[in-house]
Amino acid sequence: MDTLASIDKAKESDSTGVSNAAKKNALISFFMVSPSVILLLVWMIIPLGMTIYFSMMNYNLLSPEDTWFVGWENFEYFITDDGFASGVTNTLILVGSVLLITVVFGILISVLVNIPFWGQGIVRVMLISPFFIMPTVNALVWKNLLLHPVSGVFAAISVFFGYEPIDWFSDYPLTAIVIIVSWQWLPFAVLLLMTAMQSLDQEQQEAARLDGASSLDVFRHLTLPHLSRAIAVVVMIETIFLLSIFAEIFTTTGGGPGYETTNLAYLIYSQALLQYDVGMASAGGLIAVILANIAAFFLVRIVGKNLTDNT
Amino acid sequence: MLLTLKQQRRLHTVAMGALAWLVALLIFFPIFWMILTSFKTEIEAFATPPSLFFTPTLENYITINERSDYFHFAWNSVVISFTSTIIGMLIAVPAAYSMAFFETKRTNFTLQWMLSTKMLPPVGVLVPIYLLFKDFHLLDSKTGLIIIYTLINLPIMVWMAYTYFKEVPKDILEAARIDGANMLQEIWRILLPMTKGGLASTVLLSLILSWNEAFWSLNLTAYNAAPLTSLIASYSSPEGLFWAKLSAVSTLACAPILIFGWISQKQLVRGLSFGAVK
Repeated sequence: MDTLASIDKAKESDSTGVSNAAKKNALISFFMVSPSVILLLVWMIIPLGMTIYFSMMNYNLLSPEDTWFVGWENFEYFITDDGFASGVTNTLILVGSVLLITVVFGILISVLVNIPFWGQGIVRVMLISPFFIMPTVNALVWKNLLLHPVSGVFAAISVFFGYEPIDWFSDYPLTAIVIIVSWQWLPFAVLLLMTAMQSLDQEQQEAARLDGASSLDVFRHLTLPHLSRAIAVVVMIETIFLLSIFAEIFTTTGGGPGYETTNLAYLIYSQALLQYDVGMASAGGLIAVILANIAAFFLVRIVGKNLTDNT
Repeated sequence: MLLTLKQQRRLHTVAMGALAWLVALLIFFPIFWMILTSFKTEIEAFATPPSLFFTPTLENYITINERSDYFHFAWNSVVISFTSTIIGMLIAVPAAYSMAFFETKRTNFTLQWMLSTKMLPPVGVLVPIYLLFKDFHLLDSKTGLIIIYTLINLPIMVWMAYTYFKEVPKDILEAARIDGANMLQEIWRILLPMTKGGLASTVLLSLILSWNEAFWSLNLTAYNAAPLTSLIASYSSPEGLFWAKLSAVSTLACAPILIFGWISQKQLVRGLSFGAVK
């Protein structure tokens, strides 16, 4: 109804000159922006509302007729379940280690490839390539071709140096997942930091060096501060995606052995689609949403601030 | 022997360059190894120690289609990622246009809110989406995945297009308007030609993200609509020696996106960082 009213208004004011243009603009922008907004709103609100509703119900797809309201019980069960503690711990370990690895190596690599050298273009292309490999390929190539205890490349290297090959997926399953995911996300950090490095003031660095500053000094006092915002962006965006790592676990360990590689995302998936427990899975889903929102809150602030700065 | 400053610096550059090459080769090695393995026979692929020198064979690429119906999955990937990208662009570009050139009080908030929808972890809505899809018979359908991919990539597309439109000076559009161009002419003749590089990379990013998406495709498809990510995942339950074939399928599945990524690496930074790094 509002829409129709505003169209009528716009028509009326058609002949009134100056305010006419502004109104027309508002109308145009309303019609052009609303499809996106409405779609995203529907996409967010309906499923999220259903998740909230289901999270308070005892609802199993195997016995849908026995559905009743249970309040917070699902949350209680989900949180006290054995899987929850491991799920949260594994999620934190996964996110924390991958962030540390990708940011530290990302900074080092972006500094390394910033000075011109022979074949710089090809080196950059090779460095960012893993990011474009689909997660299921990434996981299986690492599992079968590289980390495999008998025929993998890592095993061959161990044997060559006279060590017993490591059976990554049964002895250090979470480490294996961390390696796989880090390999995929390191290029993301490199790509963003490399781009940020290009706007670094070279003359300032030269000047500092002529004044007798060591490479380490230049790195600490000029390079690192310059990269700080890009690093913040890398950390925030990676956090969002790493919180819901799924395919890499699904295709390699299936969350096991036991709960050793089950993160929150995988735990919720197994509640929902393996045990058909809609109520529990929804409660878990909401907990995941809350955790992600805490991280997102800061990201939106940083990026949003940047949006208004640069025009 | 003392080196002059110039020689020292040259040596330094060469050393750093060599180190950069070493690091790059190490990081690229898994991809190189995958491609190499795809040209081995299954026995060579399983050999210990891994064989570096062998007679390449195309056998795997030939048998892939017989064994796994590769083109069925590849076609699904193509249809799903291209359709969702086209629909996404049709919705995103007008929104970005209007937010960039007809700014209102709400524009900034709307953009931030759109970004925030990206933060919703997919597991948080897995159950309702699964149930809704079941009720609407969208499980294992291309339409279903197209809807999901359009929606999850929409915020990124709006953001990316917005940052490119923002760089076009408003004066140029106003000059055209004064010359009597209407809005469509203005968009078609001036705006699109000026931003086609940016819009092309927006398209590429959306294609890359849809092509590689593996949460929804694994959970919502079985065979009919299953894209390549699901086909590859089906290789995780081994039945005999099949790594050369796995490598061949993977190489085929990743090659187009890898090339897209290489082409658009510079512009992608902006989309991947929501405009925060340029």
